[in-house]
Amino acid sequence: MSAMRQMGTPRVQGTRLPEVTVGVERAEIERREKVFSVAELGVSYSGKPALEEVTLDVYENTVTAFIGPSGCGKSTFIRCFNRMNDLIPGARVEGTVLYHGADLYGRDVDPVDVRRRIGMVFQKPNPFPKSIFDNVAFGPRVLGLGGNLDERVEGALRRAALWDEVKDRLKDGALGLSGGQQQRLCIARALAVEPDVILMDEPASALDPISTTRIEDLMDELKRDYTIVIVTHNMQQAARVADMTAFFSVVVDDDGSARRGILVEYDTTSKIFTTPSDRRTEDYVTGRFG
Amino acid sequence: MLAAMVVAFGTLAVLLVDTIVTGWPELDRQLFTDPPSTVPEEAGARPAILATLYLGLIVLLLSVPIGVLTAVYLEEYANRERWWNRVIEVSIQNLAAVPSIVYGILGLAFIVRGIGIGRVVLAGALILTLVVLPTVIVASREAIRSVPDSIRQGAFALGATKWQVVWRQVLPAAIPGMATGSILALSRAVGETAPLIMVGAIVYVAFDPTLFGAYTALPVQIYNWTKQPDPTFQTLAAAGAIVLLAIVLAMNAVAIVLRNRYRRRW
Repeated sequence: MSAMRQMGTPRVQGTRLPEVTVGVERAEIERREKVFSVAELGVSYSGKPALEEVTLDVYENTVTAFIGPSGCGKSTFIRCFNRMNDLIPGARVEGTVLYHGADLYGRDVDPVDVRRRIGMVFQKPNPFPKSIFDNVAFGPRVLGLGGNLDERVEGALRRAALWDEVKDRLKDGALGLSGGQQQRLCIARALAVEPDVILMDEPASALDPISTTRIEDLMDELKRDYTIVIVTHNMQQAARVADMTAFFSVVVDDDGSARRGILVEYDTTSKIFTTPSDRRTEDYVTGRFG
Repeated sequence: MLAAMVVAFGTLAVLLVDTIVTGWPELDRQLFTDPPSTVPEEAGARPAILATLYLGLIVLLLSVPIGVLTAVYLEEYANRERWWNRVIEVSIQNLAAVPSIVYGILGLAFIVRGIGIGRVVLAGALILTLVVLPTVIVASREAIRSVPDSIRQGAFALGATKWQVVWRQVLPAAIPGMATGSILALSRAVGETAPLIMVGAIVYVAFDPTLFGAYTALPVQIYNWTKQPDPTFQTLAAAGAIVLLAIVLAMNAVAIVLRNRYRRRW
């Protein structure tokens, strides 16, 4: 086992580990500014804990991936960053989430303000039942952003690599687009309000491989200007796009009743996929579990 | 399935054909231009037709805003844990099942006598509004509920406030469903007779209706004509029924067109 850990792409029981293409040194990433600083975070729904004691930092201009088996709380966790859990009755968030040093859950923080700066793309493409233009323009309109709306929409569509495909039919309904186009439209929609961070909750899980590749390429582009946090159940995807990866797992109470998510390991993607320090991480990334 | 179709469609067809054949001779301009008369050859239904259209319009103006706002409150804002919201919900469901004659008695007691506005068009419209309101609310709630949560989440994630999410995303997406339900409820109101008799749609009205004037309504007029011994009045009743049917079917057609045009695309 120790011999394999020293190799770049080791084999374990015939299972090839995902190839890691992003190889940034941890020290280099840690020099970047901390966008989020999470400490002792726990989330519970109606008193039942879903996620416990998560502590990690998310760095600027970095793609950070959360991986883990279903029920490990990774989607719950990503929704803490833009306070989407506030919308779920009975949800309770404990611990602290600092956003550029300011408490995201502070008494005088308006969740609406938080969501203006921290955009989100969902698992299933969810364009509004409106035209392509109106979808992208919705954010700037409700936020009352000034400037030329046409330019804003075009800019967002360009950054989402969708402009060339839709520029001649901006007035058409967004629901006529393919699934992959819809998801890029949702990314454009998020970009149109000029966020600082983009959260992506399994953004490619409902898409075909070609659309998935386009979304992944897009993430690589976007991380130059934005900080990206992605939840994925697809380890290869995390290996391909993420600089940092956090592995979450599920713990079950002794009597088997309650299940809750915990953070097992958080490190550079290359470390997580080649030389994880926790046995559970290794079992997961080599496909022996989950 | 075939049997069900035969029963449903056959009944409708027989009813339509019979009414049209009976009423055809009297379905002329006079029916629309002249007031009723004791002389059957001179009788028309102008005041009744006008009053029915008035009633429909006022009911629409009253029931849609109240119904939609109630539905928005119940679906988007009300906390179901609170007892008063559950009371509202159960009450609306029960009200939808109350026979319309009961609304008529209520209207007689509280609106005609209680408020004291008398047996006027407005009183009839208020009662019909109460009759259809539960239906409008239920249909609107259904339409709002059919807007997927992912739309709300998407809008929230862009920094929209609750108000913006509801008014700019949920309501526009729910309009086709709400319009369909409201029109169907309204076509029921237009055909109602029982509560109007209670709140004083009188039978012989020789002048065009006004908001605070005495009135009759097409169903009431038809009902009255069928009670007359002269067979020409029977024909008149059938002709009136054709007009009423035409109004109701036209409204239902609008509802169907709306529903098809804006069929849910998600």
